[in-house]
Amino acid sequence: MRGHHGRSFWQSLVVRIPYLWLLTFLLVPFLIVLKISLSQTAIAQPPYVPVLDLAAGWPGLKAFFAALSLDNYVLIGSDPLYLLSYVKSVEIAAFSTLILIFIGCPIAYAIARTPRRWQAVLVVLVVLPFWTSLLIRIYAWMNILQHDGPLNQALLALSIVKEPQAWLVTDTAIYIGVVYSYLPFMVLPLYATLEKLDESLREAAADLGCPRWKIFWLVTLPLSSSGLLAGVLLCFIPIVGEFVIPDLLGGSRSPMIGQTIWTEFFGNKDWPAASAVAVVLVCLLVTPLVIYQNQAMQALERE
Amino acid sequence: MTMRKVSAFNLLAILLGVAFLYLPIVILMIYSFNASRLVTVWGGWSTHWYAELIADAPLVESAFISLRLALVSATAATILGTLAALALVRFGRFRGRLPFAAMIYAPLVMPEVITGLSLLLLFVAVAVDRGFWTVAIAHTTMAMCFVTVIVQARLVDFDMRLEEAAMDLGASPLRTLLAVTLPLILPAIAAGWMLAFALSLDDLVIASFTTGPGATTLPIRIYSEVRLGVKPEMNAVCSIMVGVVGIAVIAASLLAKLSGSRGASEPDLSPMN
Repeated sequence: MRGHHGRSFWQSLVVRIPYLWLLTFLLVPFLIVLKISLSQTAIAQPPYVPVLDLAAGWPGLKAFFAALSLDNYVLIGSDPLYLLSYVKSVEIAAFSTLILIFIGCPIAYAIARTPRRWQAVLVVLVVLPFWTSLLIRIYAWMNILQHDGPLNQALLALSIVKEPQAWLVTDTAIYIGVVYSYLPFMVLPLYATLEKLDESLREAAADLGCPRWKIFWLVTLPLSSSGLLAGVLLCFIPIVGEFVIPDLLGGSRSPMIGQTIWTEFFGNKDWPAASAVAVVLVCLLVTPLVIYQNQAMQALERE
Repeated sequence: MTMRKVSAFNLLAILLGVAFLYLPIVILMIYSFNASRLVTVWGGWSTHWYAELIADAPLVESAFISLRLALVSATAATILGTLAALALVRFGRFRGRLPFAAMIYAPLVMPEVITGLSLLLLFVAVAVDRGFWTVAIAHTTMAMCFVTVIVQARLVDFDMRLEEAAMDLGASPLRTLLAVTLPLILPAIAAGWMLAFALSLDDLVIASFTTGPGATTLPIRIYSEVRLGVKPEMNAVCSIMVGVVGIAVIAASLLAKLSGSRGASEPDLSPMN
């Protein structure tokens, strides 16, 4: 009696507490963003109109909906500043994901090929930097990339360059920072699939006279595509919305979209525009996830 | 066990990869002991900048705010995240499971700028004073999803027969949870707490949006200093933070190994499992 009744009571509590928390602090805030993206900027507190006034009853609600408009979205579509920002974010995310694949694959592959005992240590080594603050890691690169910093000193000493190069406030610096910060996110999912790979398949290919690079290309890579896809998503999506890296290493002349939201909000105090930019960004980021989900579903059905 | 041979190419890939990951941090730490005020000119070894830090009252205050914040939000996130993991793994199909799962996974990939912005707009809409507690709520929300994923991975591998045995022997569901389930998933819960703590301690963007007067966290303070360029004091702060986190993580993974909890060190350190 007590058991059965108790179980359902605890069960509903276990579900309801986190559910309520997420509804309150995740879903509702996003709905508010959506609503404010349809509002107008105003010199008021809070700095937008209309403000939903439930005390005014039904007429108030009607007036509220009548005042909503798509103006902010029209603004985003027509002002090249926003468009360039989106394009730059996607461009940087796409190219750095590509670079991450080229750097991450050999590392993940190499870790998966070492003796078991080493693998655990190497995985810890790859993940450890992730535990330290992104801000600090990017700051470390500011040190290295500055005008008379270690990189330029080393390049000068090796006479690779004749005079110090400007590294900071360039897209190159953003790429370095992004690749550096997201490397663990590419290596780990790749390693996880490579490690489970059936060794005999590769041996069979080798026995049949397949050269090593071809084995990698024809056997290893296709079989590890699920890990690769996971790595690509884990890198690409957060990079698009990145703020700290482009802000500290890339400067503000041609901002990425995370910086645009930040300046709209803190600099221009244009909350509705910032909200609209955020809504469009979310739509942009959900698309690859939906595609991934669909493909995963199809893969499940095939099995 | 087949003996595997490590080829020169593989060894090179690992060496270069590890060097790439660690060199910047090592360089930062070396420069933090530089006696010269000019960041890039080497003026000999000195702990001058560390001494300077202790005298910097606002910085020390921010450090304590950040620690308190991480403690509070990691604990709350661990409780909520563990409940959510139990809900997802144990209670199979409850109404609204799909949106629930979607809300758990959303913050894992959602840009922090959006999480921060949306929470701030919520706090403004309900007109609460922003400060320590609003940041704590924001960090809890973000971190609980990471905790859920880690604990969930452990629960999926869980041997249900252990619970059934306890119930058959007459233990109540609550007793079973406290005496059997929780101790067995404790390594994952501990790992989740640590990750939540680190996430809170590191976060700049979400805190910047949701903070208010009197709650300037350490990352916010560091960011406002380094925006304008490299400073020797900041090298020292960052080195301390790296050292503390590094020692904590290494100690935790050694502890997990010593306690013999198989597999605990894996979900431990790979937050994207």
